Amino acid sequence: MQFLKTAVAAGLLVATFTGTSLAQTKPSELKIGITTFLSGPASVFGVPAKAAAEMIAEDLNKKGGIGGVPVKLSFIDEGAGGEALVSNYRRVVQDEKVDATFASISSGSCTQLVPVAEDLKVMNFMWDCGAASILETKKYRYNFRTQANGTPEMLAVLLYLLKTKPDFKTIAVVNQDYAWGRESWEIFSTALKAMKPDVQVVAELFPKFGAPDYSTEVSRLLALRPDVVLTTSWGGDLDTLVRQAGQRGLLQQSTFVLGIGESSIQRLGKDLPEGLIVGARGDHWFLHPEKKDDAAFKAFNEAFKAKTGAWPIYPVYHMAQAFKALQTAYDKAIKANGGNWPTREQVVDATAGTEFATGFGRPITLRPEDNQGLEAQLVGVTKSVPGYDFKLLDNMMIFDPKTITNPAGVRSVEWLKTLKPDFVKMDVPSFKAQ
Amino acid sequence: MNSTLAILAILDGISYAALVFLVSVGLSLIFGVLRVVNVAHGSLYAFGAYLAATFSLAVAPISPWLTYPALLAASIVIGVVCGGFIERFLLRPLSGQEDVLQLLITFAAFMIMDNLQRLIWGVQPIFAAEPLRLLPNVAVFGVSYTSYQVILLPGVALATLLGLRYFLRRTLSGAVILAVTEDREASTAIGIDAKRVYFVTFVIGASLAALGGALASPTTSLVPGMGADMIVLSFAVAATAGLGQIEGTALTALMIGLTRAFVIYLQPEFEVLVPYLLMVLVLLVRPFGLFGAVQVRKI
Repeated sequence: MQFLKTAVAAGLLVATFTGTSLAQTKPSELKIGITTFLSGPASVFGVPAKAAAEMIAEDLNKKGGIGGVPVKLSFIDEGAGGEALVSNYRRVVQDEKVDATFASISSGSCTQLVPVAEDLKVMNFMWDCGAASILETKKYRYNFRTQANGTPEMLAVLLYLLKTKPDFKTIAVVNQDYAWGRESWEIFSTALKAMKPDVQVVAELFPKFGAPDYSTEVSRLLALRPDVVLTTSWGGDLDTLVRQAGQRGLLQQSTFVLGIGESSIQRLGKDLPEGLIVGARGDHWFLHPEKKDDAAFKAFNEAFKAKTGAWPIYPVYHMAQAFKALQTAYDKAIKANGGNWPTREQVVDATAGTEFATGFGRPITLRPEDNQGLEAQLVGVTKSVPGYDFKLLDNMMIFDPKTITNPAGVRSVEWLKTLKPDFVKMDVPSFKAQ
Repeated sequence: MNSTLAILAILDGISYAALVFLVSVGLSLIFGVLRVVNVAHGSLYAFGAYLAATFSLAVAPISPWLTYPALLAASIVIGVVCGGFIERFLLRPLSGQEDVLQLLITFAAFMIMDNLQRLIWGVQPIFAAEPLRLLPNVAVFGVSYTSYQVILLPGVALATLLGLRYFLRRTLSGAVILAVTEDREASTAIGIDAKRVYFVTFVIGASLAALGGALASPTTSLVPGMGADMIVLSFAVAATAGLGQIEGTALTALMIGLTRAFVIYLQPEFEVLVPYLLMVLVLLVRPFGLFGAVQVRKI
């Protein structure tokens, strides 16, 4: 009997201590490695996103960090590209031992780094890159996309065009000659062909990335007189195209659709006329119709404006989303682990299928089948509003991501081909500028 | 393609060629005299553009017409300050050393200037279109063009070509430069200060690069990396023309401009390839470029 008592006591002791030893010790800091463009043309996205990351981390740490652990950021310049980017990424993961990474802006960078993250077993959030194919071709455990991909982004813009200008007969495209320019046109044109097959594509122009001059393209479009001109260009290229087109009357002649133009609106100022259709790569707008009166949303926007001199643009919100996703995943994992600090694998388990409120727009779900983020899409039309020295978005529509994202396991282009003209008839809420 | 579209394409081609010539001629001049392939040329172009935009934005509220002298002033400042510094402190100490060292030192200058550009002007695109807005548009067959691009830019390019020809062939300073280009040792022997000639030529070449940037600045967004793009195009033009050939540079720029414009109208897929296809075709037939000649090696 005495033996039995001793054995039970020993068993309880072992169980207690073993249980304690299985829980992770709470670290002194939670390290996050972030790849973003700090050089090159795409730094128009990367630098504001870095500013946002620093601002968010500072704010998080003031509030006690994630699960009581302060976050520490390491940045990697995506502008280095190629092998240098991969080497730096490996260094940050293996030497600095970061707990999670946010990579990247460029789809090229994502394509390179996603397999590396999988190999190193580090949780990675694709925080801004849009190539749909990355998560369509392989199922990953450690990689998640915390925003939409190019398919719903382009489809929303097309649906807006079809809803607001249903009678157009001809279209031309002027996109940058690289992966995004080509892929976004493939998405748009495939869906257009499926939903409105009578439209004639009169010109497909792909000027060099970073081209300083679009005079010839503008001349050709002025001569062709298409009803609609689509461009998914961004940064300085978009600014140059819009200004050169505006100076020569092309913006007045055709309906311009700026697929991801939200990020250029403030810079273009008064050079951007009214009536242009603008997409936002998500439901990102500093005057988001469903959030504009929210105190936390306003405070974030104003703090960012005070820090950088400009209102937030979509990469800023994408960065914020990655932080929100990480925070949600850790909170969920800690809860699932009985309040103890979770292992990395437990955090990855918790991330799959997570829905998180961004605070900047509608909630986002990380689809468990393929880790693709389901993010609402906001599209509007430019309008002058007193009190602003740049155009605001008016007649905004916010598209439901579940309706406009291809189902898991079906390739984007294949799914787009199945769309019917009736698809455009979906009900979408509309909002005025103010 | 009908005749109307052909005329539109010619106008577009000339406008583009003017800009390409203005950017490339400085590179060609520097190589012709100093035998230096200046990789920092693109940075001088970018600095010229950024400083011109800075000056333009500063003087425009006083009088928009002051933006034109501002463009010129920016080119001269960059040519003298940056060009002068590169020649005096980076290239001159390497005089007589292997050519590859000059290439490397100008590449280093390019990298440093690229980072300096971001430090000074930031990463957000800058646009200063006042000079372009001052001039009216002109309509050709119902298609609107800015006179800045179809009249002013080609006019400045032509004036630069004729001015350089006149300077090099009709003035004493030009003759001195040509003498040093032809035979440095002999010209030094007759009392010409070759170092001074190199300095002046480099400053002129750098000013021309900056002028190209300054004149482009009202039409385009100034962004990080714009210098790197221009280096590649300038090299393609200079190599096709024959390094050091000013007239060849003008002709090549015109060929590239016109071919590119017609390609955009007819087969836009090939637009990006135009300068390089032309370069390959020309160099296959004439390895020293359109106007280049075989040089006798001096022992």
